[in-house]
Amino acid sequence: MTTEHAHPTVKTFVAVWAALLVLTALTVFVATLNLGPFNAIVALTIATVKALLVLLFFMELRYSTALTKVAVISAVFFLMLLAGLTLSDYMTRGWSSYINPFR
Amino acid sequence: MMETASHTTEAKTNYLNADYGVKSWLLTTDHKRIALLYLGSITLFFFLGGFFAMLIRLELLTPAGDLVLADTYNKLFTMHGIVMIFLFLIPSVPAVFGNFLVPMMIGAKDLAFPRLNLASWYIFITGAGFILYAILTGGVDTGWTFYTPYSTTYSNSNVITAALGVFITGFSSIFTGLNIIVTVHRMRAPGLTWRRLPLFIWANYAASVIMVLGTPVLAITIVLVALERLFHLGIFDARLGGDPLLFQHLFWFYSHPAVYIMILPGMGVISEVIACFSRKRVFGYDFIAMSSIAIAVLGFLVWAHHMYVAGISTYAALIFSMLSFFVAIPSAVKVFNWTATLYKGSITFETPMLYVFAFIGLFTIGGLTGVFLAAVGIDLHVTDTYFVVAHFHYVMVGGMVTAFMCALHFWWPKMTGKMYPEGFSKLSAVLVFIGFNLTFFPQFLLGYMGMPRRYHAYPPEFQVLNVLSTAGASILAAGFLMPMIYFAWSLQYGKDAGPNPYRAAGLEWMTASPPPTFNFDETPVVTWEAYNYDEIDAADQNKGVEVAG
Amino acid sequence: MWLFLVTEIMFFGGMFAAYLIYRLSYYNAWVAGSQTMEIKLGAINTAVLICSSLTMVMAVHSAKLGNRKLTSICLILTLVLGFAFLGVKAVEYHGHWVHHEVPGPNFHFEHEGNYDPRNVSIFFSLYFAMTGMHAFHMIIGAGLLTWLLIANARGRFSPEYNSPVEMVGLYWHFVDLIWIYLFPLLYLISHHHNG
Repeated sequence: MTTEHAHPTVKTFVAVWAALLVLTALTVFVATLNLGPFNAIVALTIATVKALLVLLFFMELRYSTALTKVAVISAVFFLMLLAGLTLSDYMTRGWSSYINPFR
Repeated sequence: MMETASHTTEAKTNYLNADYGVKSWLLTTDHKRIALLYLGSITLFFFLGGFFAMLIRLELLTPAGDLVLADTYNKLFTMHGIVMIFLFLIPSVPAVFGNFLVPMMIGAKDLAFPRLNLASWYIFITGAGFILYAILTGGVDTGWTFYTPYSTTYSNSNVITAALGVFITGFSSIFTGLNIIVTVHRMRAPGLTWRRLPLFIWANYAASVIMVLGTPVLAITIVLVALERLFHLGIFDARLGGDPLLFQHLFWFYSHPAVYIMILPGMGVISEVIACFSRKRVFGYDFIAMSSIAIAVLGFLVWAHHMYVAGISTYAALIFSMLSFFVAIPSAVKVFNWTATLYKGSITFETPMLYVFAFIGLFTIGGLTGVFLAAVGIDLHVTDTYFVVAHFHYVMVGGMVTAFMCALHFWWPKMTGKMYPEGFSKLSAVLVFIGFNLTFFPQFLLGYMGMPRRYHAYPPEFQVLNVLSTAGASILAAGFLMPMIYFAWSLQYGKDAGPNPYRAAGLEWMTASPPPTFNFDETPVVTWEAYNYDEIDAADQNKGVEVAG
Repeated sequence: MWLFLVTEIMFFGGMFAAYLIYRLSYYNAWVAGSQTMEIKLGAINTAVLICSSLTMVMAVHSAKLGNRKLTSICLILTLVLGFAFLGVKAVEYHGHWVHHEVPGPNFHFEHEGNYDPRNVSIFFSLYFAMTGMHAFHMIIGAGLLTWLLIANARGRFSPEYNSPVEMVGLYWHFVDLIWIYLFPLLYLISHHHNG
């Protein structure tokens, strides 16, 4: 399924690679600090940036057809659905307690 | 111009006689031959699943558990479920008719990845092998749903083997879906825009999207169950802090959309056949196409309605209940549009059309009872009773198997070049309808009155209805056995069908029956809309061909 | 291949969802388990995979240019880096085994914190399941790379026909992507936690 499209140059690849390594170092460094809840947020944000770099440039998603992009986005979307709706169960389990209105 | 230029002589090469020998079939990459490989295998599995059903119904003739032991009964309904769902229903229309017809309906020579298609079948057979091995070495008794912690910790049966079999057949499903999606995107004939596609294609496309997105979650769930059973990991084990309900969430995340994998292609079949025997374009084409996509998407949002009483929070149950009401809407859209297709159509009652009417009625009942079950208040009372059993058999057998029989009768002339005897086929359709209702309608009553499912013994007051149900099952069995006989008969003695015995619209009817290996002598260029029955009938009248109605 | 990767996203996604749910339910146990992970090894592995992605991309690039020798070199480098990853992982697994952190009869966990020890077993179960599945996919990837090497040596790829290299590249990058998320989730986010 080779589609003709623009290709990143070797320079782009090396730049992305360097960025990925820098981001890795950054995320490890941040993990050594104590930012409370922000640790998770920062770490996952950096991870997402790294993921996007790999997706868009190494996997050339930036230059792919709209259909391919839709496919990837829908996969992520349905994954969010799985996690989100399942969580709606777990997080609301403690909510209901029978309160007798006549007590 | 509706027929191919070359008028066929008896000796013309088609995909059936293009090559002889076992190897030419087992190593074929022709999507039509692969479709027949699937047809043969799933027919065998259908009767295997039916055999288990027969034992179940025999046991339930009497209130006491006297035919088989309780443990054996557990194995019977488990194997019935696993075989029917994974080895028959999921592949049925997509792998047989999808494989056969999708390339033909879009004017292509084959699917996008022919060798992957063959691999799909071998993977399916391998998975089936594991499941058969599990059956032969003592069976599985967890229920087809493999609920934890019974399946991970306590069951003494061949859980891992059976689960592995299901895992492997899942890949077959994924690859078939992948193939269909790529084929529909990339291999349509010139002029065949998305809105000129037969609705069968839309339906199979939507089902393939579900296959691709949902099956992997089942795969990982099965892997986790196997790991937990082997290494006592504790992900679903409450003693180690795990949550058995997590299994159910992950399992039903696939298994609910799975039922839409099963039914959507069947609905596609109904769209095709109803148009043909009403001689009319399907009413609301866009709505039916969009509703297929809607069912695929919405189907992923409703899974926890299988878990209302399992221990999920009431708030989550309410959310899923509301979503489950929504998912009924696109199906209803289809039923209304099909009915509107009949209005002012020139209706004839060939066998496929009989199955269409059966489908619309039975699927509506099944679907509506699904909406009843979506209401948490009702579900609390009838969950895990025969009401649920009746509901899903109405949609799966009354819906899906009926659609499968419809497809088999409609496209048999195309696949084999032979006509089957119409009298016998109508009789068997009627037998199936009567037998089916007699089998499963009493089960609604039984469930409503409180008879639990998966029990091999029951209180004596339920016996009359159970006997009725078993009697119906024997009629149903007869209705399913007859086609085996007359289809086989037709191969040898049936009338030659010709390219288009039903004067149907669609590219697949514009080539010979059986088709040549590469489907079309030349790639068609499509300049007409789908379901152009007015043009077909007008052309036939000009030629002096008898037009229905 | 993209469609297949969609299925892989959903496949791994199931485990990510399970991880997320349990993390929210058993936060303290998750912190305790996470703090015994060796960040250095995890970071090294991350760097190794990133480099292997670069060499993979260069392999695809060389194949497109028709440079057989360079393609082979890049493929071999990718393979070597992949094995390096697996080697480090093996070292890590051995470390866990020695410290009684593998769930099962040998499991015995001691760490500061206010948690239920049974829940830590679940953390490790998911850890081994997720990294194990990831490693399994890497092994498959190694097999695919070997196949590419052989095919390339036989001169099967050219500027006109190199899609297998591209497809394997997509698969390899995907496996890297999974690790990009596994690393912070398993090693980093609770590494420094004040209770």
